[in-house]
Amino acid sequence: MAIIWDQKAECMSQKERAVIQLERLKKIVNYAYENVPFYKKKFREHKIKPEHIQSLKDIEKLPFTEKADLREGYPFGMFAVPRKDIVEVHTSSGTTGIPVVTGYTKNDIELWGEAMARALSMAGATRDDIIQNCYGYGLFTGGLGVHYGAQKIGATVIPISAGQTKRQVQIMTDFKSTILTSTPSYALHLSEVAQEEGLISKIKLKAGVFGAEMWTEKMRDELEKRFKLHALNIYGLTEIIGPGVAQECLQKKGLHIAEDLFYPEIISPDTLESLPEGEKGELVLTTLTREGMPMIRFRTKDLTSLIRGNCKCGRTLVIMSRITGRSDDMMKLRGVIVFPSKIEKALLEVKGVEPHYQIIITRPHHLDEIEVQVEVSQKMLSDEVKKLEEIRKKIEQSIENAIGLRVKVTLVEPKSIPRSEGKAKRVIDKRSL
Amino acid sequence: MKVKQISIFLENKKGHLLQVLETLGKANINIRALSIADTSEFGILRIIVPDVEGAKKALKKGGVAFNENDVFAVGVSDKPGGLAEALKVLSDNDINVEYLYAFVTKSAEKAVVVLKTEDIDKSIKILKKSGISIIPPKEIYSL
Repeated sequence: MAIIWDQKAECMSQKERAVIQLERLKKIVNYAYENVPFYKKKFREHKIKPEHIQSLKDIEKLPFTEKADLREGYPFGMFAVPRKDIVEVHTSSGTTGIPVVTGYTKNDIELWGEAMARALSMAGATRDDIIQNCYGYGLFTGGLGVHYGAQKIGATVIPISAGQTKRQVQIMTDFKSTILTSTPSYALHLSEVAQEEGLISKIKLKAGVFGAEMWTEKMRDELEKRFKLHALNIYGLTEIIGPGVAQECLQKKGLHIAEDLFYPEIISPDTLESLPEGEKGELVLTTLTREGMPMIRFRTKDLTSLIRGNCKCGRTLVIMSRITGRSDDMMKLRGVIVFPSKIEKALLEVKGVEPHYQIIITRPHHLDEIEVQVEVSQKMLSDEVKKLEEIRKKIEQSIENAIGLRVKVTLVEPKSIPRSEGKAKRVIDKRSL
Repeated sequence: MKVKQISIFLENKKGHLLQVLETLGKANINIRALSIADTSEFGILRIIVPDVEGAKKALKKGGVAFNENDVFAVGVSDKPGGLAEALKVLSDNDINVEYLYAFVTKSAEKAVVVLKTEDIDKSIKILKKSGISIIPPKEIYSL
């Protein structure tokens, strides 16, 4: 029998749920319109009023909200309540530019805890469990999100964050942790260290809740083999609430979206039209109950598809497939958001450099390595190795300043990077995710 | 008295040097002197050829990144301490040598050393003054 945190909300018929969703949608649209100047302005520009929302389908009439809108409102411009009613803030992990800020009221924290309690329960967590939480505690939503959910359930949380891997493995062994919450790449690293320390056979993990970066079925197999646990996918984002938006159950057929709380749509990133069920497109989310910072039709830029149908676990919540890519060029490297366009801009700032480059991402030791290959131009060339080395280092420095991560620049011969018609393939991701 | 040198960018990969040499060979470019400076990832092939324009044309057509610059050549007696004599003059005058490479001529009486210094004009002047022979370009090209 599957462990279900909120039997009623998670297992009600779709028909019943749609009634609740519509009621909440009407309320949140009106609430956002009345309390956030950004929405009032945007709705007016689109000649739309809250009362125009009479069915769930009517949501398509509403304008989208994008990351750029949130940046524009930095820091507190998107809040719907006076600042004194905000009890906690978090920001996105971007190290460059303006971060995205999200603010929570007391009720929002409660909501987050509920969503995360549902998610952890999907992984089989109960108050008998010991959850080793390796997501970072701090401005990043991962650590505290899991923490609140675990507290709701009444499980024992080890708030260890990431790092000090040997110690992690020792604690995991000594405390007999049963659930691991971390990025999948860190989990792999943990398994290696556990192996080296000769402790892997003593580890009692039954499930892993892995997220905050893209990963694959191959990586799931690997993690399950190494730790003998159920490796499950979790999804969430700062703008919406943090982790807990969607989570895989033990059936491992995709992630159940808490759609009575976060209303999902799939759109075509090109036409922005809604796509029918099952088709792959960009995920758009609307928070149905948030007070501090309601999000109306937020474009996640994550590519996935939605499928309905009754899951063997008993939940009727819509299932979203594993995220397979982005509709923009955003990448996550070492947990940091990076746009290749930023790398391009940085390298072109170095005199003599032409825009013939390729970014190669590898993960040799469970840590992302970034190599930028740059073609040598006539202008850059000199008869002295020293001068070329100087240019190479200058490019490295320029990119590091722009994205906040160390990269390795390699100079390559002209025309050695394949030219393509139309959109150039700038990023080669060789990580075995 | 300056000599033209062509510097070519090479990735440190199998067959890349061969490719460049074949490109020059096919264009009927004879190489008089060469040296390679390398790092773990790339190298710079420096060559001296009689037909500079022809070489440039062939390299351009072959899509090779190159650069043209000046060096100069001194003749030193082919005996112990021969090169030291010339370098002492430069050192005494506080001129840094960026790099150099040497080859022996057919007659083998003198070794030819190709030099790149911080200040080529000044180097030529003071070396001449000290009685060290600067080999004119024409002679280098016809070695």
